[in-house]
Amino acid sequence: MSDTHDTHDTHEDCGCDGEANRSAATDGGAVAGSTAGSEDEFEPVDVFEGSEMDLRPGADSCYKCTSCDTSCPVAEVDDSFPGPKFQGPEQWRLKRKEDTEIDDSITGCSNCMRCDGACPSDVPLSQMHNTARAEYVENQQPTLSREYLRNRILANYGTLAALGSKVPRLTNAIMGNSLVQKVNETVLGITAERDFPEFADQTFRGWWKERGGPKVESEEKRVAYFHGDYANYNTVEVAKALVRVYEAFGYEIAVPDQRCSGTPMFANGMLDDARRSAAVNVESLGEMIEQGYDVVASCTSCSMALRQEYPELFDFEGTETVAANTYDALEYLLINENVIDPLSEVDAADHDIPDFAYHAPCHSRNQGLDRQAVELFRYLDGVDVADVGDSCSGISGTYGWKEEKYEYSMEIGEEMFEHMEHANGETGMTECPTCSMQMEHGTGYEIDHPLQVLEAALVDTDVTI
Amino acid sequence: MAIESDVVVIGGGLAGATAALSAAREGVHVHLVSANESTLRQASGLIDALGYAVGHAAENDGEDAGAGSGDADAVPGPLADPFAVIEDLPADHPYRVAGADALREGLALFDDAVGDLYRGGHTDRNALVPTTSGRAKPTARYPQSVAPGLASDGRPMLLVGFEADTEFDAPLAAERLSAAGVPFDVSGATVEFAGEYRADAAVTRLAHALERDESAASGRGTTAGEGRTTRQRLADRIRPHLGDAERVGIPAMLGDSHVEEVRADLSERLDAEVFEVPTGPPSLPGIRLEDRLFDALDSAGVSMTTGTPVVDFETGADGRVASVTIDRNGARIPYEAGAFVLATGGLVGKGLDSDRERAHEALFGCHVPQPDDRMAWSAGGAFADHAFARFGVRPDDRMRPLDVEGTPEYANLAAAGGVVGGADVAREKSASGVSLATGLVAGRTAAEEA
Repeated sequence: MSDTHDTHDTHEDCGCDGEANRSAATDGGAVAGSTAGSEDEFEPVDVFEGSEMDLRPGADSCYKCTSCDTSCPVAEVDDSFPGPKFQGPEQWRLKRKEDTEIDDSITGCSNCMRCDGACPSDVPLSQMHNTARAEYVENQQPTLSREYLRNRILANYGTLAALGSKVPRLTNAIMGNSLVQKVNETVLGITAERDFPEFADQTFRGWWKERGGPKVESEEKRVAYFHGDYANYNTVEVAKALVRVYEAFGYEIAVPDQRCSGTPMFANGMLDDARRSAAVNVESLGEMIEQGYDVVASCTSCSMALRQEYPELFDFEGTETVAANTYDALEYLLINENVIDPLSEVDAADHDIPDFAYHAPCHSRNQGLDRQAVELFRYLDGVDVADVGDSCSGISGTYGWKEEKYEYSMEIGEEMFEHMEHANGETGMTECPTCSMQMEHGTGYEIDHPLQVLEAALVDTDVTI
Repeated sequence: MAIESDVVVIGGGLAGATAALSAAREGVHVHLVSANESTLRQASGLIDALGYAVGHAAENDGEDAGAGSGDADAVPGPLADPFAVIEDLPADHPYRVAGADALREGLALFDDAVGDLYRGGHTDRNALVPTTSGRAKPTARYPQSVAPGLASDGRPMLLVGFEADTEFDAPLAAERLSAAGVPFDVSGATVEFAGEYRADAAVTRLAHALERDESAASGRGTTAGEGRTTRQRLADRIRPHLGDAERVGIPAMLGDSHVEEVRADLSERLDAEVFEVPTGPPSLPGIRLEDRLFDALDSAGVSMTTGTPVVDFETGADGRVASVTIDRNGARIPYEAGAFVLATGGLVGKGLDSDRERAHEALFGCHVPQPDDRMAWSAGGAFADHAFARFGVRPDDRMRPLDVEGTPEYANLAAAGGVVGGADVAREKSASGVSLATGLVAGRTAAEEA
C-alpha cells in the first residue's frame, strides 16, 4: 500500500471503501488513473458524481500556451480580469489547496465561450468556468446581496417576461420610463444606458395557438422548434419567419413545452435554476425526438446550451440524445434542403431586400456556424452581406446589462460598431437576440435575423422551392 | 443530405489555407474545415523555407548532437539560399518529392495572398530575423513590422523588453546577438509598460492599449485626450535608453490590425525606427497572418467551417473518398466532395497519433513508414536527429499518400503540411515552406480530381 494516502494499512476491517478513500486522499490525483487499470475515456459527467465537481482532466490538458487569453474579449479591455486560463485550469490548481475559495474575478467572465474554440488542447474551459462560477455563487455570494438579486433577475428573464408580456403596452411604457431606468440602475445595478427590450403585443406561442398550430403535415420532415424566451416574448417576427420558411420547405413544425435554455443562468452562476429549466427541456424535447422530430433553434445561444452545456453539466436521461439531435435553424436547412438554387433565382433589388452588416455571435462561432449566413447570401443577387469581423459584440447576454460592465461592454463592441459603419449595408444581421440589441444600441441600425432575410427572399416572393 | 462542394480541405493551418487557395485558383468550390481556431494563432508569423542543412538520420547517431557542446561542427550555420541545397536533401524530403518549383510557387501564392503585410519576396535568399531568445532566425518571409530589425542591417539597435513580460529578456537577447557576431551594436533595456495594467495582463490587453492609444491616466481605457497616452508614455520610458540606436525592437504587441500606424507613431516620437521582435505563442503576427489569409480565402469564394473536428469518412464503390463526417457536439454532418486534402498536422497537431506500438495517420489510417523497433523512434538528446520527427505519410509527386505497396491510398486524397513525413522541420526550420509547397501541389491535385 502506498504510504501517501491514509493512516491504516489495510481496508479489510475499517469499514471504509478503500478505493474511494484513495481517491479522496489524493484529491483525484495521480494514482486515480492507475488504480483499476481503466482505459475508459474521460466523460465530463463522470466528475459530477456526488456533489463534488472535479475538472482535473481538463486542467491536465492545459499546457499554458495562453491562446485562450488571447481570444478573450474581456481580458482585452478589463484590467481586473485575469483571463480564461486563470479562471479554468489555474483556479483548479489553486483550489487543490485547502481553504482556497473561488476568486471573485470569475464574475468578470461574460461566458462568450470563445476560449473553448481557441484552445488547441481541447480543455473544456467554459465548463470549468461554469462550475467555478456556480460554486462561487453558492458559497460566496450572499443571497441578500444586490449583485445576487440583480443577477438572479437578469438570469431569469423568462419569468419576468411571462408577467410583463401579459400587459405588453403597460410594461413597455413602464420599462421605457427614464425614472424607472434610473431606479433600476441605482437599486439593482442594471444599466440605465440601455433601453429595455419591448414586448410584442402577442407572444409567439399565443400566435401559434391562435393560428391553430402547424399548416403543413409531414411524416418525414418534422422539426420541433425551440424558440427560447426572447423569440416568444420580444422578437416574435423571428419565430414567425422560422415557421414560414420551414413550412415553405415542407416541414411539419411542433412547438413543444419549453423553458429558458439556461444560457443567462450559466452566465450568472445560477446552476440550480439552469438545472430545473434543463430538466423540463430535455424531457420535452426528448419526447419529440422519439416521435421522429429534430430540434431546431433560432437563437444560437439556445442551441449552444442544448448541444454543449447540457451534456457538460447535466446527466438527465436523454441529455446526449437531445444534444445530438439539436441544430441551429439555418444550419439544419442547409444540411437537409437545397436552399441555394431557389435563392439564386431571386434578385433582391426587386423585393426591397437591403444590404446587410452581419455579425456572427460568439455562440454561433463556437458551433462552427459563424460563416454560414455570409456564405449563403452570396447566392442572393443584389445583396451585399458584409461580415463585420470576428470581434465579440460585447453584450454577451446579461453581461452588458450590468451597470459595472456597461463601459467594458461598449469598448469590446467598438470594433464591431466601426466595421458596421464601414459596411455598405445600413441594416444589421445576426442570429443572437442580445448581439442584436448591442448592434442596434451602438449604431441605431435595424437588425434582422437570417431567417427573416430567407423569408423575404423565398416566402414573400414567387420563387419555386 | 450533406454539405456539398468540389473540394474539402481538412485543417485550417498554413498548409490547409494554402491548399484551399491553390484549389480555388483552379476554379473549383472549396470548403475548408478546421477542428479548432487556426494554428496560425500560435505561429510566430515568420515564414521559413529552409534555414539549416541538417544531416539525414544515418549520418548521426544522436549522441553528439545532444551533447550540447555548441561547437560549430554540430550546429551548421544558417543557409543563405534554401533553393541552392534542395537537391542535396534526402530523396523522400517533401521538397524533393514536390520539387523546388513547388516551393517557389507556394511562396509566390503566399506573397500574393498577404500583400503588403509581408516582406522578403524580392529574393530567394534567407533573411536573418532577431528573435526573443537573441538568435537570428533564417526565414524566407517576414512581417513588414519586423523588417527594420534584420540582422543584415548595420544600424545600431536597442532591444526593449517589459518587466511584466518574462518571455523576453532584452539585455540577454542583446548580449547573445552580440556574441553571435552581428554586424552592429546592440544593447538591451527593460522598462515598465506605460500605464496601470495587471502584472499578467493579456498580450491583447497591451496591444489594445497601444492601438487605441489609451490615456494612461484612466483605468478604463478612455482614449487619447485626457492626459498623456500609452504611446507617449512608452516612448518617454524608452528614450533614456536610446543612446546611438537608430532602430528599436519591441516584442510583437504593437497593436492588432493597425500595427503600421502604431509603429510609425512610436518611430516618430523616438526618432528611431521601431520594429517588432516575433514572440512565442500567443502571437499577434500569427493572428494578423491568420486574418489576412482568411480574407484571401473569403475573396476566393472558399467556404469555411471552424470548430468542428472531422471524425470519420466514407468511401464510394469506386474506392474513392466520398465524404467526411464532422462532429458538432454529437451531431454528425457529412461533407461530400469530389476530392479531399488532408492537412491535419503532425504529431503535435494531432494529424498523427501514436500509441506504444505504432504511429498512425489519425483520420484515414494512411500508411506511415516507421522503424519496427519502438526504441529506434528517438535518439539520445532532446535536439538530436529523431526518427519520429520525420514521421508522416509518404506521398507521390501529386501529394497523394501512398500505401505500403507504393500506390495511392485513395485516388482523390492529397496531403499537405505537417502530416507529410520526410522532413525534420523543427531542426531544418522548414515548417512553413513545407506547408506552402505541399499545400500548393495538394490543392492542384484535389482540383484535378474533383
